[in-house]
Amino acid sequence: MTGVLHKEKPDVRTGADHGRPRHPRRSRSHVAVFVAPFFAVFALFFLAPIGYAVYQSFFKLTSSGLGLTEPTLDFAGLDNYVTALTSPAFVGSVGRVLLFSLIEVPIMVVCALALALLLDSAQARFRAFFRVSFFLPYGVPGVIASLLWGFLYVPQTSPLIDMLAAAGLPHDFLGPDTVLLAIANISTWQFAGYNMLVLIAGLQAIPQELYEAARVDGATELRIAWHVKVPLVRAPLVLITVFTLIGTLQLFVEPLVLKPLTTAINSDYTPNLAAYNQAFAQSNIHLASAEATLIAIMSFVISFGFLRLVNRKGNRAW
Amino acid sequence: MVRRIRPSTVVVLALLGAATVYFLLPVVWVLVAATKSSADLFGTFGFWSPDPQLGANLSRLFGTDDGLFGRWILNSFLYAGVGALIATLLSACAGYAMAKYPFPGREALFNLVLAGVLVPATVLALPTYLIFSQGLFGRWILNSFLYAGVGALIATLLSACAGYAMAKYPFPGREALFNLVLAGVLVPATVLALPTYLIFSQVGVTGTFWSVLLPSVVSPFGVYLARIQANAAIPDALLESARLDGAGEYRIFFRIALKIMSPALVTIFLFQFIGVWNNYFLPLVMLSDQRLYPVTLGLAQWNSQTFRDPAFYELTVTGAAVSALLLVLTMASLQRFWRAGLTAGSVKG
Repeated sequence: MTGVLHKEKPDVRTGADHGRPRHPRRSRSHVAVFVAPFFAVFALFFLAPIGYAVYQSFFKLTSSGLGLTEPTLDFAGLDNYVTALTSPAFVGSVGRVLLFSLIEVPIMVVCALALALLLDSAQARFRAFFRVSFFLPYGVPGVIASLLWGFLYVPQTSPLIDMLAAAGLPHDFLGPDTVLLAIANISTWQFAGYNMLVLIAGLQAIPQELYEAARVDGATELRIAWHVKVPLVRAPLVLITVFTLIGTLQLFVEPLVLKPLTTAINSDYTPNLAAYNQAFAQSNIHLASAEATLIAIMSFVISFGFLRLVNRKGNRAW
Repeated sequence: MVRRIRPSTVVVLALLGAATVYFLLPVVWVLVAATKSSADLFGTFGFWSPDPQLGANLSRLFGTDDGLFGRWILNSFLYAGVGALIATLLSACAGYAMAKYPFPGREALFNLVLAGVLVPATVLALPTYLIFSQGLFGRWILNSFLYAGVGALIATLLSACAGYAMAKYPFPGREALFNLVLAGVLVPATVLALPTYLIFSQVGVTGTFWSVLLPSVVSPFGVYLARIQANAAIPDALLESARLDGAGEYRIFFRIALKIMSPALVTIFLFQFIGVWNNYFLPLVMLSDQRLYPVTLGLAQWNSQTFRDPAFYELTVTGAAVSALLLVLTMASLQRFWRAGLTAGSVKG
């Protein structure tokens, strides 16, 4: 993340050098007035919940003996974390989203890149129409998208299953082996167009002379795409990879909506579902907090780890 | 004029066309399904409606439970619209200040904002619920839990809030306030519990409009975007000349900076609007009163009732069509703003 700042620092510093010497005594109360409102709500609704969840994760309710007296709240140290990390359901859910990331991130990046390169190619026509069509699912809320695909996944309402069955092709979208792919499809459908736009923004920043030079050298459009365009959109590629990675680890709405349609999804299907289940079905907000904290830590470690990995190889992307 | 069409053009167009079919497929399905009766929904081919009755479905959709669906849509607009508006304003202020005024700890603060961009909304929903619910639910869960939990919560809130606001730039009384916060952290939780309980039982906001709206007014990404835009588009020389002309800092911000940053502000607003509109986890955990639901939560609830009463299929499908169409139309009409914003936000080579 600090790589972004590196790019900006020169501007920032010049600004500082211009401003300070000329007005050494200028009142700076306006700085507080500008910054404080955001950071008040930022502290309230971002930092505080995280701190609170971490705090709650270190406690647990202990009921005494027969359960006739009120249970007491005890400091539990890392007990909740140990419980979560030794629970097969939670560990299984973590493994499942990691597998989901392994499937979904490459699909997403390849789809977004392919669509961006196709739209950016010299042969493309009706660009505005295609761009809007691909981007459109981003505006459909995750719940609605899952509902729609859910209808397309069940035999009672799905024209797709009718057609696949008529063609003699396999058509069980919600079986234990296929349901993860069915979820991956919903995510891809929703966000591929958005990620494509991010890449197109990067592609449009490439000077056209570069392509001219490559064409003069006899490169085909495919070679230009692979050897000129792809390396130059490395930074936005890293960006969409990280955001997809974070998104896949947070998987929640899609399995929750598909759950009634299939027995392949249980209430601990993903870590977020497990934490939700723990907080509201089991009423154990302390274990839920520990699980939420673990999810947050996992997201940070994996996304920062990925950024470090790509930044170590060759140029900094961020 | 006849244009020569090369084979590669045909291939590219065919691939783009196939992708279009994929992205439009569920939308077409739901639009067709919205014109069907429950019987036709299960009995006829998905992409064809033999006996359209869209009018009847729509009037049922908006008529059920005294127009509950219309209320949900209104709620969604209120949450998303007001939330996005306030988030845009706060982001513009903070981004502009961080771009143009050097102050101690600015980079650290900005890094914090960037880290906030990486925090997904779903991670926040549960802890935020726990905070909002303390005043109401904590009392009947357990008294001891309420005292200890809320006490430490307020200590955490105060130290987080004051710490991040004051460590970043100097202002009068900062050290005194800092010492006070330190004392609050060091004082045993049992001492803090009572005042904290008193505060929170007054702010028992779970299940209210505010419990969904207030967390929606924060957009770290907006601050990031506003800062990038202010840095790139507002020359320092312009500010200097405005100051020499006697304009105050607020006047400069409202009359000059906001105008120049307006493309980024539109983008921030749209991002936040879509984000809040699509948010599901937060209202799911916050709200129990059906009349306060946003449309996503309401539809999911109806969908879960289809097993009890199949008539809910009709409502769910028509409702999904209406709500998908609303945002799709909004987005299609505002498409050029999206592109402008994405270019401004992307890393420039």
